[in-house]
Amino acid sequence: MSKDILSVENITMQFGGVVAVNNLSLHIPEGQIVALIGPNGAGKTTAFNCITGVYEPTNGLVKFLDEPMVRNHPTGKMKKLYKGENPLLYTAEYHPEDETKEQMLARDPLAGTGKIVSPTPDKITKLGIARTFQNIRLWKSMTVFENVLVAKHMRAKQNVFSATFRGNAKEEKRMRDETMALLVEQGLEKYSDDIATSLPYGIQRRLEIARALATDPKLLLLDEPAAGMNPQETLELAAFIHELRDKYGLTIFLIEHHMDLVMRISDYIYVIDFGSKIAEGIPQEIQNNQHVIDAYLGVVEDE
Amino acid sequence: MLKAKDKEARRGNLITFAIVLVLTLVTMVLENVMSPGSLLFTVIKKGAVYSLVAVSMNLLNGFTGLFSLGQAGFMLLGAYAYAIFMIPDAARDSVYYLFEGSSIHFSFQEMFQHLFGATGFGGGVSLVLGVLVAIIFAGLIAAFFAYLIGLPVLRLKSDYLAIATLGFAEILRAIFQWQTLGKVTNGANILKGYPTFADFNITNASGKVLFRLSAVVPILLAGICIFLIVLLINSSYGRAFKAIRDDEIAAEAMGVNLAKHKSLSFVISSFFAGVSGALFAMFATTVQAKVFTSAMTYEILLIVVIGGIGSVSGSCIASFLYIACSEWWLRFLDNEAYIGAFKVPLLRNGFRMVVFSIIIMIVVLFFRKGIMGERELPDLFRKRPKKAKKNVVEEGKADE
Amino acid sequence: MEFLVAQILSGVSLGGQYALIAIGYTMVYGILRLINFAHGDVFMCAGLMMVFMCASLPVYVSIPLMLVLTVLLGFIIERAAYKPLRSAPRMSVMISAIGVSYLLQNVALYATGGQPQTYPSLPFVSGTVTILGASTHWVTVITPVLVIVLVLLLQWLINHTKIGMAMRAVAKDFETSQLMGIQINKVISVTFIIGSFLAAVGSLLYFTNYPTVIPTSGAMPGLKAFVAAVFGGIGSIPGAVIGAFIIGICETLIKGTSMTVFSDAFTFALLIVVLVVKPTGLFGEKATDKV
Repeated sequence: MSKDILSVENITMQFGGVVAVNNLSLHIPEGQIVALIGPNGAGKTTAFNCITGVYEPTNGLVKFLDEPMVRNHPTGKMKKLYKGENPLLYTAEYHPEDETKEQMLARDPLAGTGKIVSPTPDKITKLGIARTFQNIRLWKSMTVFENVLVAKHMRAKQNVFSATFRGNAKEEKRMRDETMALLVEQGLEKYSDDIATSLPYGIQRRLEIARALATDPKLLLLDEPAAGMNPQETLELAAFIHELRDKYGLTIFLIEHHMDLVMRISDYIYVIDFGSKIAEGIPQEIQNNQHVIDAYLGVVEDE
Repeated sequence: MLKAKDKEARRGNLITFAIVLVLTLVTMVLENVMSPGSLLFTVIKKGAVYSLVAVSMNLLNGFTGLFSLGQAGFMLLGAYAYAIFMIPDAARDSVYYLFEGSSIHFSFQEMFQHLFGATGFGGGVSLVLGVLVAIIFAGLIAAFFAYLIGLPVLRLKSDYLAIATLGFAEILRAIFQWQTLGKVTNGANILKGYPTFADFNITNASGKVLFRLSAVVPILLAGICIFLIVLLINSSYGRAFKAIRDDEIAAEAMGVNLAKHKSLSFVISSFFAGVSGALFAMFATTVQAKVFTSAMTYEILLIVVIGGIGSVSGSCIASFLYIACSEWWLRFLDNEAYIGAFKVPLLRNGFRMVVFSIIIMIVVLFFRKGIMGERELPDLFRKRPKKAKKNVVEEGKADE
Repeated sequence: MEFLVAQILSGVSLGGQYALIAIGYTMVYGILRLINFAHGDVFMCAGLMMVFMCASLPVYVSIPLMLVLTVLLGFIIERAAYKPLRSAPRMSVMISAIGVSYLLQNVALYATGGQPQTYPSLPFVSGTVTILGASTHWVTVITPVLVIVLVLLLQWLINHTKIGMAMRAVAKDFETSQLMGIQINKVISVTFIIGSFLAAVGSLLYFTNYPTVIPTSGAMPGLKAFVAAVFGGIGSIPGAVIGAFIIGICETLIKGTSMTVFSDAFTFALLIVVLVVKPTGLFGEKATDKV
């Protein structure tokens, strides 16, 4: 098995008294397609938001390419309110007995420091993680071309003066050329001057993915990419996701409801329910897992 | 394929530029032909100043989606910065007589006069350089304060941001009226005696005006600033601002640093508000803190709305229309009038503003997009979209 | 000592007057998420109406008439300027509110001819009374009592009547309440009517303390009352009342020192500090955006 590009360790997200994600650990190996599934309200999108910096997790660690990217432990009011597991794991007071110092540091380079790492989403995107959204979030007044072009802004070397006084003409041209090339690759060039939100739904999803690709990610997070698609479109999407991985050398982590799609494309699947992991494995294992079937279909409770 | 589109855009820009140039030249000629006291020139001068501040507000409200109401406060900073550092040393004792003189003995104009002389051509150079440096200084002061206040305030959501910036402007107004700072700000009293637009008129040795430039100078200064703002809006940063306006969360997820870009937009907008404050000081010939009330900010906001939120040219057109209506065209409504022996009802002092505010309400309610919507003037001079498409096809064929 | 008592008394009284305006802001914001910039000007108009009516009518006719007309004004403003923009972006509605404020001020300017109007002296409330050695007007004593009575009444209305329940539902979730068959427009109108009524009562008490009314008289009290509403946590009526008392007392205390120029600035400084430290105010609820 190849090395992990992203590892999520003991993430807990608690809103007030509600634990939305509980002690969740995931490993995403480089170059694979990994899916996170679970019933409605299981905490999938919340987990995504913890990884991408939209939320600051209450507790836990996320490592990207073996570097701590997000790290927190319950502080302030949360210290008392905290209902999750491992409240001390990432604090300065953590001194385990069953682990040597080396083991501990290998698992968590910042172990024992109690350091909080909480970057804003843009910093995480800059590290190489791009995402799409469950409800498409394109910039509605901009054209398709501009939507993708803005995603190039982050990696440009210009500053506000060189940009205003057009000292960055070369870079601007490069950004425009790359954007156009990407649109051509994605078959979106014929829409390039259309207002993004005037496009058909399926194309908007494609555009959102193209926009994410423009940030040059290593890891792509897709939040329900097949939502609202018919079976035919879903089938096409499966092929498209495979193609993405191979063509751009990406690792893909997705949330999805369409079981066909997940089973068809995933190398590995995590299942969560009520914020906790209930199963993980390759598609065949998941299909036959009793916990998963119970979670999706419900259990008949005996009196 | 792109070429045709660029050509279209260039054509529009050229026509717009030509119109502005012609209007500027016409102004220059008219000012030397007509009576200089005509209200037309008041409208042009004030309109130019308001264009700049409206565009600066539009940069923030229309292009970045930050609903800020601090514009009057930043204008106040700019106006005071300009006035305090431009009053000639000799005039200070009479301006600050209530405080027995000013504690500042420096004027940008006099600094240049030491280098180039105070009269003749050298005097002119000193005036131009002094005014330019003072205006930039005024902008920088406003930008500096904007940076400081932006640190805590820009994290707030829409209406909270509006009320916090409004509050900030009110605080500034109080500080500048504080008697303890009288040696610098002259307390609640007026500052005057600094160079104004009229000083740009070319005179002979005995003070007789040879050639008037007082209406062209504000157009030029405001025009250059607005041009810079347009360049910014069309740059990569401008696109990032628009992304923040359209969807903040998506912008952040695509790598746009919200704190940095919001602060940037706020600081730049305030810089130009400061510059327009300095220009306003030159227009009004006196500076007094009590002028820069929240009502002034509302006025600017209404101009932005009438012109179209998100349209630079709309803001400019609306400024001139607004000022022309309020200062000039509707003025007849303020005077009692008789048609024969019949006295026209309602007409008396103040009626003009009533009619005017009703017009504004009609625009706000029924023409929500304003004059221009989100379009710009150059867009209007492009060929019809249908035709443009045909061009694209032809151009494509030619490429093959 | 006497000075301090007098200061605190008039601070409490001023706070009470702000509270009556602040309730209008906080209720409208709670339901429409709109800063009703015109509210302070409705308050000013109530003052002017009183001036004009007292010129020809006896006080006991003028007061009820003024209350009715102010309520009507609030109702008309909502119907004419805010209702057409129900589905528009929030910014448009706020701009419309600013437009109404501008219109009301200009109409007032026209009506008064730019002359400050002397507020009529009302029987009884303008009279003097001595408390703990400090001499003051009756209005100073009446205000807090009246405010507390009105707030209790309002709380009862909101918590125990059908329309109150509807108001709470609309404040919580505008769209769902509409789907549940609540007549949104009626609820909103009632909100504006209550807000305007309280502002009218506030104007009676407020202007008694000041010699004159001018077209911009409403702007500053309006803004301060809004700050009070934010301070207490916008949407919360007890919050607005407590915020208003705090601001009223602070303002009068500052006016008693040599820092008088900063009495207005202080309010806004307080606002900025509150917004930065606790953006939801003292009693506000936190809302998170869903991604």
